[in-house]
Amino acid sequence: MTAQELRLCGLLLREHFGEVVAKVGTHLLRSGAQNLRTIIHETGISLDLVKKSLCVLVQHGACVFSSGRKGPGSPTEYQTTCDRILRILRYPRYIYTAKTLYGDTGELIIEELLQRGDMTMSSTVKTVADRLTQNMEEGRSMEYNEVSSTFSNLVETHFLQRCPPMGGKNDSATPAAPANPTPGASAAPVRTELPTAESFPDCYKVPHVTLIGRGKRQLSTEDGEDQRNAKKAKMDTETHGDEGIYWQVNFERFHLYFRDQAIISAVANKLDQTSSEIVRTMLRMSEVTTSPTATCTKPLSANEIFRSLPSSYNIPRPILDQYLTLLVDDPMEFVGKAGESGGGMYVVNLHRALANLARATLESVVQERFGSRSARIFRLLLRKRHLEQKQVEDFAMVPAKEAKDMLYTLLSENLVQLQEIPKTPDYAPSRTFYLYTVNQLPTARMLLQNCYKTVANLIERRLFESKESKRLLEKSQRIEAILASLQASGAEPEQLTEVEEMITAPEKQQLEALRLHINKLDSAENQVDETIFLLESYVKSTTTG
Amino acid sequence: MAGKGRGVAAFTFNIEALGIGRGSMPEARNTEFKPVPLKAGEEEDYMLALKQEMRGTMQRLPHNIKPHSNKAEVEKYTERYLKQRQLDDEEWTPVAKKKTVISRKESEDVLSKLEELAKKDDTNPEKSDDETEKKPGNKEEEEELEAEEYEEEDIEEDNDYIESYFDNGEDFGAGSDDNMDGEATY
Repeated sequence: MTAQELRLCGLLLREHFGEVVAKVGTHLLRSGAQNLRTIIHETGISLDLVKKSLCVLVQHGACVFSSGRKGPGSPTEYQTTCDRILRILRYPRYIYTAKTLYGDTGELIIEELLQRGDMTMSSTVKTVADRLTQNMEEGRSMEYNEVSSTFSNLVETHFLQRCPPMGGKNDSATPAAPANPTPGASAAPVRTELPTAESFPDCYKVPHVTLIGRGKRQLSTEDGEDQRNAKKAKMDTETHGDEGIYWQVNFERFHLYFRDQAIISAVANKLDQTSSEIVRTMLRMSEVTTSPTATCTKPLSANEIFRSLPSSYNIPRPILDQYLTLLVDDPMEFVGKAGESGGGMYVVNLHRALANLARATLESVVQERFGSRSARIFRLLLRKRHLEQKQVEDFAMVPAKEAKDMLYTLLSENLVQLQEIPKTPDYAPSRTFYLYTVNQLPTARMLLQNCYKTVANLIERRLFESKESKRLLEKSQRIEAILASLQASGAEPEQLTEVEEMITAPEKQQLEALRLHINKLDSAENQVDETIFLLESYVKSTTTG
Repeated sequence: MAGKGRGVAAFTFNIEALGIGRGSMPEARNTEFKPVPLKAGEEEDYMLALKQEMRGTMQRLPHNIKPHSNKAEVEKYTERYLKQRQLDDEEWTPVAKKKTVISRKESEDVLSKLEELAKKDDTNPEKSDDETEKKPGNKEEEEELEAEEYEEEDIEEDNDYIESYFDNGEDFGAGSDDNMDGEATY
């Protein structure tokens, strides 16, 4: 875990969970696994605050606990990894995806689960139904079973999963034992990996839940509140048959979906719409048969693909074959041919597609920062691996002086490396080959760290801008509140304008400029996260594939 | 590190091309290539709205833990000097004790009683002196009392430190925190 990741995690934790949790979280990230006493001692935060922070972190899946390293008797240790915390950046994308796939209901389910960390199915359904009812017109409300069915759909397609039961790896009471059994009598158990949600066979099983009813609309009158609260106290003791079963969002499944989307849109950009539809069909057919870490999808025959194409695409069979051949021959190597049976067996090369997308990202970065000629040199080096100074000038068709300048600039930014090949054992410079080279994986890693730094800078700048105008923001909020209450109690327009004029015109301008800046910074964070996703997926695919 | 190389190169380039004086370093490192504008569309706007909403909601939820001491962002004038004195207290007291806010009369009584005891027993260790001097908490104590205390300190504590500069104008509560004066302030 790098310094950039640590800084970004600290900022994300602070924004979402507050100062205290951020302090505890960053401390854990920096120091590794620690027990409660050590955390209290080293952070200087009081016991109950530390406990609460750990609870929040555990509930959101950012922290895991297990019995200590010194043996079964030692105090439990808590450990945080930065991966889960960095996901916070991607929350809007998850919610938006759920909206496109499952409508408003799906969107709200995912949003609730992301905000709360984990929840039971029944409480999720109730909360979402209430929220949907809130937005519906008067007199209409949302049925619980509609929401439940959307919930079940999300579970079936693995977007939601059960949380792994708590208890750590030494808890032998769990019937579904984790995949890595710990040897019984070891005095110092080796720290094996903690079980993920998927190591438990029931993780995608929807429990039988008795949930009948409709969403409740929140009444604005005070009497209504009291009545509701009284009723609510009674209602909360209802059980629905799924106590103790908590659900969480399955980020990996969303990531697979994003990856597929990236491949499809890349094909659409490079070739045409029909090719992208073919690739989309192939990916859809392989959704359930492909494991998350697979290098490529299972081979599909052209006949199968033809049958599964969406009915709106009425392309004749020979045209499909031509498209497939085109896709296979394309230098991006998205689709590969795996055999001749069944009219041709085709696979989607997932890892190679990711590598190519990452490469395109790197090239684009060089182009935007250093110009198209530097980008040409960069692409050349990626393709040809090792080149001498002279060869670079010749192949890139760039004059010697400028080529040298550009190469040195790229070298100083660490995008290009120099490889020395001595002719004589004494490494004399006049008798050594100096070859320029680009290594895609380390460069991608470096750019990924730059992205983390970028997002951290964006967040800090946004906080700074808000802090600068804090007084003004507070004033405008107060005035809005006054306006709202005046309007609610039915005031005359003169009173309203009088209140509105409490903010002067230059202040309004300042507020508007502030809003614009903050929107820009927020939007930039979202979009840098897209790059982060690509680069992270690429780096991860090289370690597993 | 890498930035320096780039910046210096751009600097010399700029001088020749734009005729900027030596003093003006371009603020943006790389002014030749502007960043690509952000994507703007329905999807991006929606995600932006989602993000801002989520931020607001997360800050209102119970798992957003606020630290115990909720200081108002805009400090009141008086608070600043109270805090300063408290800070000095914690830093300079050899024996860290919680300050209790005592009413003026009470503390005067206590003070007089302690003075009597102190006069009775001249060889009291520093500890009781500190207690004596700390007890007059946050109130408008007359300088006479302070002067008395200073003298006591000088006599009894036998410090190596010179009497520190005491500026009446700055300290609210007239700096009745004598530990600050007993030792050198920096």
